[in-house]
Amino acid sequence: MTLDWQVFCKNTTEGTLEPSCWGSGGDVTYFEWMIHAWGWTLAVAAAAWVIAVLTGFLIGTLRTLPNSPVVVRLANAWVELFRNIPILVQLFIWYFVVPKVFPPFQQVPGFLLVIFALGFFTSARIAEQVRAGIQALPRGQRYAGLAMGFTTAQTYRYVMLPMAFRIILPPLTSESMNLLKNSSVAFAVSIAELTMFAMQSQEETSRGIEMYLAVTALYAFSAFTVNRVFAFIERKVRIPGFIVAGGTGGH
Amino acid sequence: MGNLDLTFVNWDIISAFVVKGFLFSVQLTVIATIGGVIFGTILALLRLSGKKVLMIPATFYVNGMRSIPLVMVILWFFLLVPLLIGRPVGAEYSAIITFIAFEAAYFSEIMRAGIQSIPRGQVFAGQAMGMTYGQNMRLVVLPQAFRNMLPVLLTQTIILFQDTSLVYAIGAYDLLKGFQTAGKIYGRPEEAYLLAALIYFAVCFSLSFLVKRLQAKIAIIR
Repeated sequence: MTLDWQVFCKNTTEGTLEPSCWGSGGDVTYFEWMIHAWGWTLAVAAAAWVIAVLTGFLIGTLRTLPNSPVVVRLANAWVELFRNIPILVQLFIWYFVVPKVFPPFQQVPGFLLVIFALGFFTSARIAEQVRAGIQALPRGQRYAGLAMGFTTAQTYRYVMLPMAFRIILPPLTSESMNLLKNSSVAFAVSIAELTMFAMQSQEETSRGIEMYLAVTALYAFSAFTVNRVFAFIERKVRIPGFIVAGGTGGH
Repeated sequence: MGNLDLTFVNWDIISAFVVKGFLFSVQLTVIATIGGVIFGTILALLRLSGKKVLMIPATFYVNGMRSIPLVMVILWFFLLVPLLIGRPVGAEYSAIITFIAFEAAYFSEIMRAGIQSIPRGQVFAGQAMGMTYGQNMRLVVLPQAFRNMLPVLLTQTIILFQDTSLVYAIGAYDLLKGFQTAGKIYGRPEEAYLLAALIYFAVCFSLSFLVKRLQAKIAIIR
């Protein structure tokens, strides 16, 4: 079996080879289409990551609040809800069920609903890590903050969360890589991202192996980059004298 | 909330569309767990063998599988398995092979941690008894590693059960597809998705509750 890489320079409408490998006029080549798809993957994953981290830190923090059993229960329920339903099913619910039940959501563009689905799904996992990170801190840290006259909010803001953030960086790294990989489910609601590109271009060109190889390489490269960025952040924010525990990943 | 109507559901619809899909999801989960743990244990042993010829391919396989999305792996196998076997295979059959191969990478990481958690003295004791490498692994190390890692292995199985919904990409008939088909035929797709979510939630939530109980039990014994 021989690989034919020239297929990437083919025009997607006429199937003719483009010398520059890049579309001219209104046409695009498969290479160009793939780069756009990669952009979609990265954009969806990045936006969902922001939601996931903000919500995850909030929920995770709420789960460790002292003397607020109702809040803790609600936050725990959030985690259980978003963790025990497959991402694909959550995606369908955001995309099809939410707009039907809450009509204002019909105005929201599809890719935003996908971002919500991915973001909240991942937020539950991050909340779990944040809770574990905060609970891994010595109890004295909280007491020290309170003894300084800090309110609970200030204790979290200035004492506990900065340390917890550093502790959970390794699992946060793998959750971020998982989020990037999970963004592939967006194909199911026809977002023009990498997996969608792989499926469609495979059908159009019958050159599945070349298409899949390129897409797989882009995913692996993106995940590896995320990994390196986090390793860099980890080195930058390290506090001398603290050994930070490693974490475990899921997918 | 007035525009959802769940009254269309009855036992006939469930047994006609959903049960078949549910059974496939469960079957896929069970086969992939058993196959994945076996294959994953072999991969873990290769990675811990200390021989470069064995370590490098095994490490490459595990890290490679873990760095690409499951959906892409499902698509890859659906494309490649027929080429390798030389005849077309069904989506269900392809899904089973894919999940064994994919989950093995994750199970191998769990088993590797489990094997490494066994004190060295255990291995030395086995050697002192005159055991071969195989006997030592089979009779001393692996049973303990397996027991220590049982809660993690089961948690991974719950994730695996959720992941089975991704066979949607190749159109295999699983639990989600069952609900989707029923929803389409009866014109109630939204309600069908909600019910699917409910079933997945019920299964995964109760299983993870059981795993938590088991974890507490094992922690006391140790």
